[in-house]
Amino acid sequence: MGDLTGPNSGIVIPPRNGAKLVIDEYNKTNPAVKIELVEYDSQGDGSKAVALAQQAIKDDKIVGLVGPAFSGESAQVAPVLEEAKIPSISASATNTKLAENGWKFWHRVLPNDGVQGPSIADFIAGGAAAKNVFVIDDKSEYGKPLADAVRAQLGTKGVQVTNDSLDPTESDFSSVVNKVAAAKPDAIFFGGYYAAGGNLLKQLRDKGVKDAKFFSGDGSLDKGLIEGAGAANAEGALVGCPCYIATPDVTDAKVKGFADAYKAAFSADPAIYAAEGYDAATVFVEAVKAGNTTPEKINEFIASANIAGVSKQIKFQANGEVEAKDIYIYQVKGGAITLLGKAAEAKLG
Amino acid sequence: MFNDFINQFWPATIDGLAFGSIYALIALGYTMVYGVLRLINFAHSEVFMIGTFGAMFVPFTLGINSALTGFALVGVIVLMILAGMLASAGTAVALERIAYRPLRKRGASRLAALISAIGASIFLQELFALVIIPNVFDRPQQGRVQMGLPRLMERTELFSIFGHTVRVDQVLVIVAALGMMVVLDRLVNATKIGRGIRATAQNPESAVLMGVDIDKIIRMTFLIGGAMAGVAGALYLISYENTNYFIGFLFGIKAFTAAVLGGIGNLRGALVGGIVLGLVENYGAIFFGSDWKHVISFTILVLVLMFRPTGILGESLQQARA
Repeated sequence: MGDLTGPNSGIVIPPRNGAKLVIDEYNKTNPAVKIELVEYDSQGDGSKAVALAQQAIKDDKIVGLVGPAFSGESAQVAPVLEEAKIPSISASATNTKLAENGWKFWHRVLPNDGVQGPSIADFIAGGAAAKNVFVIDDKSEYGKPLADAVRAQLGTKGVQVTNDSLDPTESDFSSVVNKVAAAKPDAIFFGGYYAAGGNLLKQLRDKGVKDAKFFSGDGSLDKGLIEGAGAANAEGALVGCPCYIATPDVTDAKVKGFADAYKAAFSADPAIYAAEGYDAATVFVEAVKAGNTTPEKINEFIASANIAGVSKQIKFQANGEVEAKDIYIYQVKGGAITLLGKAAEAKLG
Repeated sequence: MFNDFINQFWPATIDGLAFGSIYALIALGYTMVYGVLRLINFAHSEVFMIGTFGAMFVPFTLGINSALTGFALVGVIVLMILAGMLASAGTAVALERIAYRPLRKRGASRLAALISAIGASIFLQELFALVIIPNVFDRPQQGRVQMGLPRLMERTELFSIFGHTVRVDQVLVIVAALGMMVVLDRLVNATKIGRGIRATAQNPESAVLMGVDIDKIIRMTFLIGGAMAGVAGALYLISYENTNYFIGFLFGIKAFTAAVLGGIGNLRGALVGGIVLGLVENYGAIFFGSDWKHVISFTILVLVLMFRPTGILGESLQQARA
């Protein structure tokens, strides 16, 4: 479940494809119990997502849910699933608070913003050696806490931080841009999704803010950021992500096998969260393979699962968080997103 | 804080003027239709949206994907403006014909026309998201994703005010918008059609007795208002280089606010309202942060209406001397 046709669908379609890949692979082996993948297009809208979740539970009788993709809709859908006792695994919702509700049926296969924000901030202050940082958020359930985590961590490092927020439904960010231009920062962090991020980056560069390095979080890790900003403006932009994207030069056999299968099925390289979507669906497939077919049984299996996934070792804590906590840094080079390395180790070339 | 204001005053002024001009052009459509029909055309936001796509169609068909200069650039910009005007004016006239005239002929209440407008607005948004963007603009499955325009015009500096750059595209928007306003003002005040529009606005019954063809005048009103929204759409697209099926929503609300702020039914009021709104938004953002932009503009609207219920300029098309 997630935004499959809306403005930020670019970060939801890859995990959907990843999930589809696993389930198709599994069904091809002609198992005794086949798994059917039903898609729910919430367009990222919480109220639509809740209605769809109810439909999924009552009419389609789902046994598990991959998603919801975004944090905002997750906060609304998770209680519904909890009540119906349907396990869910999100491949992309990273809001920290989601894990604090005591939900027993909710999980995610990637670390939260509480990990992502500080790691990116450490990189801004360390690897990128910035002293004066302008932090912008989009006031969303995802962008604001992420930006706040970055602000707090930068504060502890003695970095000067200036703040502003924007409304992502707007297209004119000139008031934000004027503030940035006046503050003359050496780095800018944007907490929000790529649709607004691309426009913001373009307007910043057009206004002559050219030297400040542009950082963002996983919500902006999409080629839409480059399309929105224009390749020349996006060049050098840095994006942090708890996700792992297999780049073509990958050597690990398991990851390479996944990347090749993905490319063969969807004629595109795996993009953001594709590996996480694959892993989330893998957990469900393994659960069914182990003979669990009811939602409760599957949830018990998930709680004790310890599976070698494509992106990481999948092992859940009691609150639904995954144990592995690596954040990766990506950089736009020559109009494409390339992996720079783990945030703790990455260096700017 | 005052330091911030002084530092950011000039860039905020230029951005406010450029954005305000776009608001003003859209506001004209609201204000003209209101002046003549006493009706708020809430589908006007979609007329603007269609204008941006009309303008987008030109570089899309010509396959332009790098910056132009000289006559080629001027030619493409003129074509884009014309295409935007054509698309928007066509939509506005069709709206009048399909969504409003049948109701008017049956003497339905204005409330019915309002509902009809909201329905038409949703219909047009979904039409673009589901049919036109995926098919005409060749973006299957991406009807709701923002569509970008390749850079047509290099963002060169034209001149600077107190060390703050003024770019060519900002000047283009302001100059073109003001030019359109002057043309429109002359059209309404100095031509036969303009006299018909003013007569209908003042007293439709007498206008009919004097031989004014009301249906034609109403059609012209929608056509002119639509064309202005089309110009706004093209200018917006050239300057911000993106659009989407939902773009009309916020612009519609803001332009309607501008029309009310300046005095609804008053053409010059739309200009004043648009520019004031654009400036106030940007100045307010300096003090309170960009997230307070909308709060500031609507607070100003409430304050103006409390003390001057007819808006800043007040006098409307109805009372204007013939």
